[in-house]
Amino acid sequence: MAFEYEKYLRMDKIPHLWCPGCGIGVVLKAMLRSVENMGWDKNDIAFVSGIGCTSRAPGYIDCNTLHTTHGRALSFATGIKLAQPAKHVVVFSGDGDATAIGGNHFIHACRRNIDITLVVVNNNTYGMTGGQHSPTTPIGYKASTTIYGNIDPTFDICLLAKAAGASYVARATVNKGKMLEKYITKGFEHKGFSVIVATANCHTQFGRKNKMSDPISARKWIESREIPIDKARNMKALELNDKIITGEFISEEPEQTYWENYNHPIHEYTEAYQRIREKAQAQDKH
Amino acid sequence: MKKSVRFYSGAELVGKAAIDAGCRFFGGYPITPSSEIAEYMSVEMPKVNGTYIQMEDEIGAMGSIIGASLTGAKVLTATSGPGFSLKQENIGYAYMAEVPCVICNVMRGGPSTGLPTALAQADIMQAKWGTHGDHPVIALTPAYLEEIYELTIKAFNFAEIYRMPIMLLLDEVIAHLSAAIELPKKEMLVIKDRRKPTVPPEKYFPYDTAYGDVPPMANFFEGYRYHVTGLSHDKTGFPTTDPDLVQADQERHLRKVKANINNIIDYEYYQMKDAEVIVFAYGSTARAARVAVDNARKLGIKVGMMRFRVIWPLPETEILKLCSKAKAIIIPEMNMGQLSDVIERYAADRTKILRINHVGGVPIHPTDICNVIKEAI
Repeated sequence: MAFEYEKYLRMDKIPHLWCPGCGIGVVLKAMLRSVENMGWDKNDIAFVSGIGCTSRAPGYIDCNTLHTTHGRALSFATGIKLAQPAKHVVVFSGDGDATAIGGNHFIHACRRNIDITLVVVNNNTYGMTGGQHSPTTPIGYKASTTIYGNIDPTFDICLLAKAAGASYVARATVNKGKMLEKYITKGFEHKGFSVIVATANCHTQFGRKNKMSDPISARKWIESREIPIDKARNMKALELNDKIITGEFISEEPEQTYWENYNHPIHEYTEAYQRIREKAQAQDKH
Repeated sequence: MKKSVRFYSGAELVGKAAIDAGCRFFGGYPITPSSEIAEYMSVEMPKVNGTYIQMEDEIGAMGSIIGASLTGAKVLTATSGPGFSLKQENIGYAYMAEVPCVICNVMRGGPSTGLPTALAQADIMQAKWGTHGDHPVIALTPAYLEEIYELTIKAFNFAEIYRMPIMLLLDEVIAHLSAAIELPKKEMLVIKDRRKPTVPPEKYFPYDTAYGDVPPMANFFEGYRYHVTGLSHDKTGFPTTDPDLVQADQERHLRKVKANINNIIDYEYYQMKDAEVIVFAYGSTARAARVAVDNARKLGIKVGMMRFRVIWPLPETEILKLCSKAKAIIIPEMNMGQLSDVIERYAADRTKILRINHVGGVPIHPTDICNVIKEAI
């Protein structure tokens, strides 16, 4: 039976503003399927975003939706989650939004391991503003601001997230919608900060400048560079240069007994803060 | 009966009043001289089932309180000059999306890092024009400890009534001042809450002007499932570029304060009955001005003071009246004349404006003001 996306969409806002063949649609579909997998009530979900093509997604979703300032979505989301820890908070971001202007919020949300799911659509460029280079534009590639070839080294968003403390990190490409759905669902199930990177095509801006101006060639370029994480483990760093490693980078549930065991560093932030409330209130009574 | 008299610092009173006004979320970032407010909230918020979080930066602190406010919480952040600058983009967001919040700025000297530990009133204009675009502004300037408590509660009420960010401007002297004070009894407090929708979700629009200039605000997660954006939007909350709708929305935002100005302006007259020379003052500078007025009166000079408890919006009608009758208006400020510039426009050629502008970080002494009063006659 066909999946009923209409159930989760604000159909009066369709058609969306994305270019035909854009990868964001695949990610949005994987996200809605994941919501269905979880059986969440639409009233209990907040979708939060910053600025950019990807950040327009929440406007199409029939939930509590918040389109914030450039790069700051995670800080707004942190406020929502801390004020309402029982609700589900999902952030939808792009490579520029999450790792350039929002880089500080990104690493600190990872560090706190707050129970929010972040989906980063990485299309290697600033699509909405005209295809400037982003922190994930590969070296040597062209952008509207690097017509002589990009010299800025790239971030690997998954490694960055893992190093900063996120407890669930995975990557899939928009060529594999089912894999994306699986990881986003696991991110939703996971207690702690989850980062799912969706490698996507922007043929309109990035592709046009790099001889892949149609969706098929742009997605083939992604496909040609994909290496599953198990295979990547046996490869040398040089061989992995410019490759897209897909799979799960970390999946670690928080330690519930954190308070009794300071040696285990992983705890979920809103739960830890609840312990702070209990401690403060117990002391206040004395 | 036990009286609730104890020692409080100005910073603690901001926190205490916030909690008494119903604040349950504080997002902050350390910065001198406002950090004591964050420290107080880190101790007190968990006791009342509230939340304190120290965010990764000032920008994030502002974002976090907007997020929490959308779930229905009353929210506060505290900062000082440079941190206030960093917050400005998200403050603009809160204006545009009409999210109630209170921003306390314990002012310090600037620009840039300036004078972190010294007294200044450097952000009178930043409070008004810090973020880009046009928007209404309400900024309160308490001068006494009891008044910090009173005006902090008022700031929360304004935020809830007008659905917008409210600026609470302290200076280093009153934030760090400590004294034994008696707080009003809780049952005497007037606490306002934001108006919530009474219609079912399918009939709800987050910016529905059918209910007046301040539309009712639904909390996230209560079934209304609406959209919030910093883009210009129509009554449904979704982006629009329709020139007429954008124009009308901007005008409505400004009207929230303009049409209610008489409920917002707040000032105090001191020795004004026969005054020929008038001192305009606010914040801790007004404390020195009061002594100066007393001393000048002893010399037989007919001088009085108008003290602004709310600095934005200004009581225009009253100021214009005073400009027409005063021989001179003296404006002492711990900046280079941020209020004086505005008052000069009101005064035009009707009276002379005498400025006292100290930016060295040392309080303006009553003698400095008294000398100018003597010059004025």
